[in-house]
Amino acid sequence: MTCTNNTQDTCIIVGASHGGVNLAFALRKDGYTGKIKLVDADSNLPYHRPPLSKTHLVSEQPAGQLLKPIEGYEKAQIELTLGVSVIDVNRQYKKITLSDGSVQSYTNLVLATGATPIIPPIAGLKEAKNVFTIRTADDAKAITTAFNACEFKRVVVIGGGYVGLETAASLRKCGAKVTVLERESRLLARVTAPYMSDYFYGLHQENGVSVFNDKNVSEIRTSDNENSVVCSDGSEYLADIIIVGVGVRVNTVLAEQADLIIENGIVVNEYNQTCDKNIFAIGDCCAQFNPHYQRWIRLESVQNAVDQAKVAAAVICEKPPKYNPVPWFWSDQYAVKLQMVGLSQGYDNIITRKESDKPGSFSVWYFKGEELLAVDAVNHAKAYVLGTKFINSHVEMNKHKLMDNTVSLTADIVKKIA
Amino acid sequence: MAKITFITQDNIPVTVEGESGSVMALAVDNNIAGIDGDCGGVCSCATCHVHVAKDQFSLVGEASEIEKDMLELDDSTDDYSRLCCQIDITDELDGLVLTVAG
Ligand SMILES: Cc1cc2nc3c(=O)[nH]c(=O)nc-3n(C[C@H](O)[C@H](O)[C@H](O)COP(=O)(O)OP(=O)(O)OC[C@H]3O[C@@H](n4cnc5c(N)ncnc54)[C@H](O)[C@@H]3O)c2cc1C
Ligand code: FES
Repeated sequence: MTCTNNTQDTCIIVGASHGGVNLAFALRKDGYTGKIKLVDADSNLPYHRPPLSKTHLVSEQPAGQLLKPIEGYEKAQIELTLGVSVIDVNRQYKKITLSDGSVQSYTNLVLATGATPIIPPIAGLKEAKNVFTIRTADDAKAITTAFNACEFKRVVVIGGGYVGLETAASLRKCGAKVTVLERESRLLARVTAPYMSDYFYGLHQENGVSVFNDKNVSEIRTSDNENSVVCSDGSEYLADIIIVGVGVRVNTVLAEQADLIIENGIVVNEYNQTCDKNIFAIGDCCAQFNPHYQRWIRLESVQNAVDQAKVAAAVICEKPPKYNPVPWFWSDQYAVKLQMVGLSQGYDNIITRKESDKPGSFSVWYFKGEELLAVDAVNHAKAYVLGTKFINSHVEMNKHKLMDNTVSLTADIVKKIA
Repeated sequence: MAKITFITQDNIPVTVEGESGSVMALAVDNNIAGIDGDCGGVCSCATCHVHVAKDQFSLVGEASEIEKDMLELDDSTDDYSRLCCQIDITDELDGLVLTVAG
């Protein structure tokens, strides 16, 4: 392993987003004295991604809430190279090649390459007008520009996942006529219980967004300035703007080239090291064994990218790493704040709790037998916080009390007294 | 315009000046150690926790219900805790002293 106090060391980080940027700053905080180089193909100064589908689409402010001010990088002596891709990794010589032709040597390499939206193979999609994904600040800016320029403001969102639903909510707020087409028989099918799917279905309908499940988009027909989104059941929806939100593909090109192990993401150990101990992978691009849930997972969340960044930095600086194995996530749609903790996959019983004194606040508690796996909390941070504590500490819960919304939710009430 | 002093985890006071926006954004813009603002300021991450100087608490006021709940995630929370992404900078905050939570 590298010596932390060696000023000759160089850590090159590919990808300057939530993972990469936090890693660079964590390295300095942990006392790294070598060179730190952050490279990203995106030419914008690194920014927060979650607001892209939320506040940025509705506010006057241009997309790109900065992760750190430019002076921060200078002060921490982090060399930022933006608008340039890394196109090759040579493990044997510990060198990378950039798209501008330059070659750089590393002591440690970190792949924080994230993921890229999938463009599904739908006939006519490539030729259609005003088709957007939403992953980058440039995507958000392009959507805003196109939206402001179009007359009828008809938006079709393909895919009812979090990003698609948030985008639908934001554009609706701006006065768009929005239709969401989901292929599954319910929204958020892979990540939440049917109760939550129904809730979000209702929420969007109430706010004037048309949501259709079981819609398999088969073709886009384009004429003049208008697209017609055609589904396999024959239904058609007119769109001035099409938002594609059907999930992401992990950016593993470099890892493949370097012959690293890839399985639903770049495979890393508990230290975020790949099979080459000098190469790390963090964030959306990596798959790791989760000790709490006892299975391999790949997460797409800010928390995971930031936490893994801190782990990798600690390991590079030979410090004991600390990783929080219970993931959490949030999503804001209209005035609704959804907070999620844990992983619900594999649940066999759920408890839904509506707060009697707070209309509009509820929580869904996912259990496997007696074990609490996850909590989805809607406008109810208390449930989220208690859920976090209970999942982390494996405390058994008193389900009867939890179900009873005449008793207020507190740690004492829901803890099962042995 | 308000001058706000952050006392970092290393006990170093740093005074910065802000005009508008949230106190968290001001802290991040000035690289105040210990204020991460991971969620971008939407009260979802609790990485912007500060303790307000006791005699100045009325300047910033009580946390909202969701903020109070989120603060319970942190063991170091006390009666003067706030998530500073939920505090907007105004002239009235001039002279405010905030201790970054450990
Ligand atoms: C619209 C939207 C809303 C979201 N909302 C939430 C939310 O509310 N809460 C939440 O927790 N998470 C949310 N997420 C997910 C969160 O943003 C991601 O999990 C997070 O950005 C992952 O960070 P990362 O650093 O791993 O990867 P990314 O953010 O994907 O960054 C990877 C970077 O690597 C660069 N890159 C890739 N390959 C190369 C190469 N060869 N050379 C140079 N550069 C390269 C890319 O340009 C990119 O900037 C949202 C995501 C999106 C898109
Ligand atoms: S910045 Fe996330 S809670 Fe304040």
